[in-house]
Amino acid sequence: MSRHTLSVLVENRPGVLARVSALFSRRGFNIDSLAVGPTEHDDISRITIVVSVEELPLEQVTKQLNKLVNVLKIVELDPTQSVQRELMLIKVKADSESRSHVLELVQLFRARCVDVAADAVTIEVTGTPDKLEAFVKVLEPFGIKELVQSGMVAIGRGARSITDRSLRALDRTA
Amino acid sequence: MTERMTGAQALVRALEHVGVDTVFGIPGGAILPAYDPLYDSTKVRHVLVRHEQGAGHAAEGYAQATGKVGVCMATSGPGATNLVTPIADAYMDSVPIVAITGQVASAAIGTDAFQEADISGITMPITKHNFLVTDPADIARTIMEAFHIASTGRPGPVLVDISKDALQSETTFSWPPTMQLPGYRPVTRPHSKQIREAAKLIAEASRPVLYVGGGVHKASASAELLQLAELTNIPVITTLMARGTFPDSHPQHMGMPGMHGSVSAVGALQQSDLIIGLGVRFDDRVTGNLASFAPYAKIVHADIDPAEISKNRHADVPIVGDCKEVISDLIGAIEASGQKGDYADWWTVLNGYKQTYPLGYDEFEDGSLAPQYVMERLSAIAGPETYYVAGVGQHQMWASQFIGYENPGTFINSGGLGTMGFAVPAAMGAKMGRPDATVWAIDGDGCFQMTNQELATCALEGVPVKIAVINNGNLGMVRQWQTLFYDQRYSNTNLQTARRIPDFVKLAEAYGCVGLRCERPEDVDAVIKKAMEINDVPVVVDFVVHQDAMVWPMVAAGTSNDDIKIARDMAPKWENEDE
Repeated sequence: MSRHTLSVLVENRPGVLARVSALFSRRGFNIDSLAVGPTEHDDISRITIVVSVEELPLEQVTKQLNKLVNVLKIVELDPTQSVQRELMLIKVKADSESRSHVLELVQLFRARCVDVAADAVTIEVTGTPDKLEAFVKVLEPFGIKELVQSGMVAIGRGARSITDRSLRALDRTA
Repeated sequence: MTERMTGAQALVRALEHVGVDTVFGIPGGAILPAYDPLYDSTKVRHVLVRHEQGAGHAAEGYAQATGKVGVCMATSGPGATNLVTPIADAYMDSVPIVAITGQVASAAIGTDAFQEADISGITMPITKHNFLVTDPADIARTIMEAFHIASTGRPGPVLVDISKDALQSETTFSWPPTMQLPGYRPVTRPHSKQIREAAKLIAEASRPVLYVGGGVHKASASAELLQLAELTNIPVITTLMARGTFPDSHPQHMGMPGMHGSVSAVGALQQSDLIIGLGVRFDDRVTGNLASFAPYAKIVHADIDPAEISKNRHADVPIVGDCKEVISDLIGAIEASGQKGDYADWWTVLNGYKQTYPLGYDEFEDGSLAPQYVMERLSAIAGPETYYVAGVGQHQMWASQFIGYENPGTFINSGGLGTMGFAVPAAMGAKMGRPDATVWAIDGDGCFQMTNQELATCALEGVPVKIAVINNGNLGMVRQWQTLFYDQRYSNTNLQTARRIPDFVKLAEAYGCVGLRCERPEDVDAVIKKAMEINDVPVVVDFVVHQDAMVWPMVAAGTSNDDIKIARDMAPKWENEDE
C-alpha cells in the first residue's frame, strides 16, 4: 500500500469534519493523519488527509468524498511536487549534564527549544515524517517524557493555487 | 415578496412553494410548532400515520410512484430515530425523500434534553445530505436546497432537522431564496468521447447485453431504452429495481439477473463479451462472486454517480451522466457510425436458455396453494397498469418473477436495504400519489406483521389499497436458507400463523378494511376479482400458501453465477460446456 496526501477544500460549516472522517471509517479506510484549519478565504477550510491505500480504493474514496455536498474540491498532492510538513512538540529529559547534548541535536535538526525546566526541555520541530522520525530516534536515549504531533499539512509547489477555482464557485452562489 | 412570520410558518410556506401536496407524519413536542400552520394549509395535506417508519416508507412509495419528492415529518428523539430505517432504505434505492424532524431548542442541544437525539449525526451515513437548522432565517433556503439535492443527480434522502426555537421565533420570509450549494454539481451530460468509445465496443461485440438498473427509470428513459434495444438488437436484462423499465413481453427481454434471476439473464451476463450497464451498481446480489462474474465481458458502465463506476467491477468505458442523455447520445453515435453488430449466434444461445429454462414451479399434490400461482393470477387479473408494491423475502422474488411488468415504475419494492415491512406503508404512499391507479401490495406474513398498523391510516384517510398477504406461516426466505444450508434446522422462523394468531381477516376487519381468505388454487381468481371490485376501502387477502415453496433459480450467496441452480441440486447446462 502506498501513502497518499489529499487536500480537501470544504465549506467552513459545523459538522463538515465529522462528515469527512465518518466517510473514511464507513467505507473502511484508515486515516494515517488528518489536519484541518482555515484558509485565506473565510468560507473555506482545508483538510489534509494522509491515507495508505492502493490506487483503486483511493479513486473510490476520492469519488465518495466528492459526493459530500460540503466538499468543494479534492487534490492529491504528489510528494515531489509539494511541500509536506508535520509539527511535533517533544518534552525530553535534560539535566545540566545532558542539556548541551540535546541542544546540539536541536540545532542539527533545525528544531527549536521552546521551554526549559531544571530537568527537561521542550522542543518544537517541523518537517517531513521521515525527519521527525529520525529526530525522535536520536532523542530517545535521553528519555522522551511526552510527545505530541500534528497531522500533516501540505501545499503544492509553484505559483498555482488550488483554491482559486473553488473561490469562484463560492462567489457564484453568494 | 418579504413577510414577517414564524419559522414554522416559513417551513409550511416553503413546502407549498416547492410543490409539496402530501406529507406523512406524526406530531410531537419539538415539531409541534410546525403542525399549527400546517393545520391551515390548503395546499399541503398531512397524513397522520401510526408509526414514523410508516411515514418514511409512505414517502418512498409516493416518490417512486410519482417521480416527485416524498415528504415525511416527525418529532425529535424517538420520532426521528423511527425514520432511520426508511431513510436508510431510500438511500440504498436512491429514492428522493425529504425528512423533516423537530429538534429540541437550540440552547438545549447537547444537554441530553428530553426527546433529544442527534439525528443529523445518526443519519449522516444514510442520507445524501442533511441539515441542522437553528436560525429561522435559514428555513426557507434549507428546504429549497433539500428538495434540490434530493431530486437531482442521483436521487436520495435528505433530512432537515429544525430546532424548536427556530420554528417558534419570527423571521422574514422571501421566496425564492438563493441556494448556497457551491460543492454540489451533479454531472448529467455524458462525455462524447466516452459515448463514441461505447458505440465502437457495441459494434465490435458479438455477445453484448444491456444490463438495465433503477437509474434508467429514474431518468425517465425507458422510451430511449426501447429505441436503443431495438436499434441494436441487443438482449436486455432488468434488475429488481428496473422491472417494467423494459417490457417483460418484449422478445429481447431476458428476465431479471441475480441471486434469483432467470437462467437466460444470468447466462447472458456470464457469457457476454460486452456488458452495457445503464443505471446499475453491479450489486453483489447481481454479480454473485465478483471474481467469476462475467469473465469474458468488457464493461461499459453509465451512471449518474461517478462513485458507482468501477466500484465493484472495473469499467473499460466509464460514462458519467444521466441515463436519458447517455442512451440518447448512444443512439445518435450508433446511428452515425452506421455499423451494426451481428448477434445471430448469440440469440440462438440465449433463446435456447429461454426455452429450456423458463421460470417455473411445482404444484403441491395435497391441493394446497402455490404462492407463484397467486402471482400469476394476480398479474393476469390486475394487469400491467397496476402498481405492485412488495415487501422483502420470498414473496418479493415471486412478485418480481411471476408478475408481468410492462410499464416503468410499476414494481416498487425495497431492493438494496431489504426492509421487511416496506410494502403496506409504501403501497399507501403509492396510492396517494396515484389515486386513479390500482395498487396491490404483495406482502409476506412476516413483513405484514411489522407495519400493518398503517391499515388504520389507509382506512381512515380513504386510501383503498389492496394487500395480498402471501401467508406461509414462516419467515419464508430465512426458512429456505435453513432448508438449504442449515440442515433443515428451522430456528425461529415459524410464525405459527396457521394457528390464526393473528387472524389476518379479523385483523383487517378490526382496522376497517375488508378481509378475505383464500386457501385453494380453485378460489384464487374469484378472490382476486372480488378484491378488485372493492374500491372504497382497503382489502386484505390472506393467501394461505404451502410453507415449502422455494424461490428458484438460486445463486447461493458468495458463489459464482455459473453455479446457478434451477432447483435443488439441479444446474442448467451452459452452451459453452460442450464447445
